Amino acid sequence: MKYILIVEDSSTTRAMMRSILEELGEIEIVEASTGFEALRQLPAYKFDLIITDINMPDINGLELINFVKKDPRYSHIPMLIVTTEKSEEDKKRGMTLGADGYITKPFQPEELQKTISSLLKL
Amino acid sequence: MKSSEKEFVAEAEEILEEAGSLLLVIQDTYKEGVDPDSLNALFRAIHTLKGTAGLFGHQGITDLSHAVESLLDEIRLGKIAVSDDVISFLFKNIDLLRYLVDGVKEKRQTDVSGYLAEIQAFRESISKAGEAQSLEGVIDESILKVLSEYEEHRLKTNLKEGKGIYILKAVFPFTEFDKMLEEVRGKIKSIGELLSTMPVSEALPEDSIGFNLMFGSSHPLKELEETLKFEIHTLVEPKSAVEPKPAVEPKPAVEPKPVPGKPPERPPQLAEPSLKTTTTTVRVDIEKLDRVLSTIAELTLARGAVKRIWTEMAEAYGHTPLVIDMYKITQTLQRKLAELQEQVLEIRMVPIGQIFGRLAQVIRRHSRDVGKKINFEMFGEDTEIDKYIAEEVIDPLVHIVRNAIDHGIEPAEERKAKGKKEEGTVTLRASQWGNHVVIEVKDDGGGINTEKIRQKAVERGIIKADEEVHDKELLELIFTPGFSTKDTVSEVSGRGVGLDIVKDRLSVLGGFVDIVSEKDIGTTVTLTLPITLAIIKALMVKAGKEVFAVPLSSISEILTLQEDAMQTIENRMVYNLRGEMLPVTSLKDIFKLTDNVTGKAFIVVVGFGERRMGLLVDDIVGQHEVVVKSLGDYFKGIRDFAGAAEIGKHEVTLVLDVESIIEGTLMRKGSVHV
Repeated sequence: MKYILIVEDSSTTRAMMRSILEELGEIEIVEASTGFEALRQLPAYKFDLIITDINMPDINGLELINFVKKDPRYSHIPMLIVTTEKSEEDKKRGMTLGADGYITKPFQPEELQKTISSLLKL
Repeated sequence: MKSSEKEFVAEAEEILEEAGSLLLVIQDTYKEGVDPDSLNALFRAIHTLKGTAGLFGHQGITDLSHAVESLLDEIRLGKIAVSDDVISFLFKNIDLLRYLVDGVKEKRQTDVSGYLAEIQAFRESISKAGEAQSLEGVIDESILKVLSEYEEHRLKTNLKEGKGIYILKAVFPFTEFDKMLEEVRGKIKSIGELLSTMPVSEALPEDSIGFNLMFGSSHPLKELEETLKFEIHTLVEPKSAVEPKPAVEPKPAVEPKPVPGKPPERPPQLAEPSLKTTTTTVRVDIEKLDRVLSTIAELTLARGAVKRIWTEMAEAYGHTPLVIDMYKITQTLQRKLAELQEQVLEIRMVPIGQIFGRLAQVIRRHSRDVGKKINFEMFGEDTEIDKYIAEEVIDPLVHIVRNAIDHGIEPAEERKAKGKKEEGTVTLRASQWGNHVVIEVKDDGGGINTEKIRQKAVERGIIKADEEVHDKELLELIFTPGFSTKDTVSEVSGRGVGLDIVKDRLSVLGGFVDIVSEKDIGTTVTLTLPITLAIIKALMVKAGKEVFAVPLSSISEILTLQEDAMQTIENRMVYNLRGEMLPVTSLKDIFKLTDNVTGKAFIVVVGFGERRMGLLVDDIVGQHEVVVKSLGDYFKGIRDFAGAAEIGKHEVTLVLDVESIIEGTLMRKGSVHV
């Protein structure tokens, strides 16, 4: 069983990503609607992947990536940025902070599945 | 509509509602300095809408929100200054987005290319302020690379304004960090601007979490340490307060200018949504709640059956312990069912402030469009009303409010000449009266010209030229279909919704509208609505073989028909009710039923005061609690029915719209002229 944390403030987008990812099989999805909630979930699961948006209330995606990648307990978890094409500059910054990939909204379900599979080494 | 589509529409509507109110806040405050948090929240709202719409393949909404987002991005990055023009352009586009989201519900496709070009042209028409300031050497690079483009811009702005840049270090126990962190962030926002939340670099105990909060503030370090009570260190000292602040220079009202920074003293209003709201509320489709109510209604029927069995058992076996137990159970059932019903109805209630907020937007925009200064006041926003009714009543209210602005409030010169304040006032007031909510829309304008109504009514042959008609009755005429003087119906809106439609809508909801107008003092339109229409108590009556439901709330008494009290005057049936001549209509006549029924008949007296009449029915079946359902679009044009109700499992009864029946009966004197 692989654990994935989805951090995204839109509940419909979360639900849609969940349904796409669950098609990949043995996957347990945990949702967080803000950066704070994500931080809260971190110690509770052994996550295999974190998917995060950039623009969010309280702490944003970049701040979250920074948190995870700076913390020796979590820095090994791959992180994927999922955000819109508008945030080109922010995506680059996310990558320098240690994110492992990004994908642009809107995306095709297969595209998301492929990226996730490779990050999870399925 | 698929359920995922519904979810999308619900979320999109919520986002746009939030966007609208954020824009209102910006409109109200930008002259004193744009609040970066509101602006950023607005950007984020549209950004989220774009992302979600894209995933659901709504190309038009995606493209338009993308264009709006780009515009907002330039605004929040300080490249475009906020001005009245920018704000009204944004309002217009939020409206457009709303229209497109509505289109998803109605499966309507809209070509947005024209709107996109318009936004593009608007962006190009506005000169852009460059931002050429390097942060290198001023702020450590390890911090800079964590910042998003927007945060970087805010950091630059703070520096430009001579604010100090500080970092506050806070370490919290993991179990409670979110609440405590939110508290510190709130405090920081009250004395400056929070720029970024970063992790602390040194190792911390396993069960704790640490944050470096970077913020800008014009206060000196010592003061900050005293207020915030945390370890703070300085990245950049604030420039001394003795220097004249550029923000104080006189401000032209309309001319675009660089966005001034946030003033140093601002209460921590409009903080970002707290964690609590995201975790303790659920969004429920109103249809699901309707289904719960239907189930409750069925349970209520079942309880009735149990009670009947108890009565029979009590008659057959007397009050044995078993029978008494059963009685107790039926009592508990009844009490608990009533509680359950009340609780579900409570879930459907929303504060009327939700509608008032939207009306506030209409008023501000519309008064700008027509060039009138209007002061808007509202009272009783906390009054609660059923969500469904709230949604249904918004269009009529928009109509009334627009009328007040277009035709109620006089132009400024006219007001001055009358010795009134130049600025007109529109007041919205809501209050609860028993089972009703009363919404009052009041303007201090010129009042409705009853003389014009009279002329029009004479032209149309509704009244005779020399007929004596009270002003009150003349005012009533503006609710007649197609009746419009320029004074009563908005032509600015171009929607052609007359007050007659307003009246019909209210009537379907079981409410009514009343209007009072006084020359040069103003006009007050009062809407009276039931708090909830989900469940009503109804009297089931029979006309011929058909059963109809009459809402109990509109019945004043029920009589057994005394043949000799029935008379016919001028072709109309009247009933002598204790000396008063009560107009009577037979339900069978209204619905053209021909079944002959013998035996005693009843008169159900409906309506109140002068608007009272009798319904002649063949039998009284009994009393029921019914869940009223709309008849749907297909039957929209049919009068005299408020909806359909399910009684029992598969039986459906039509619920009479008493208001429209009274209307039909009492107004017949007008129809003589037709």
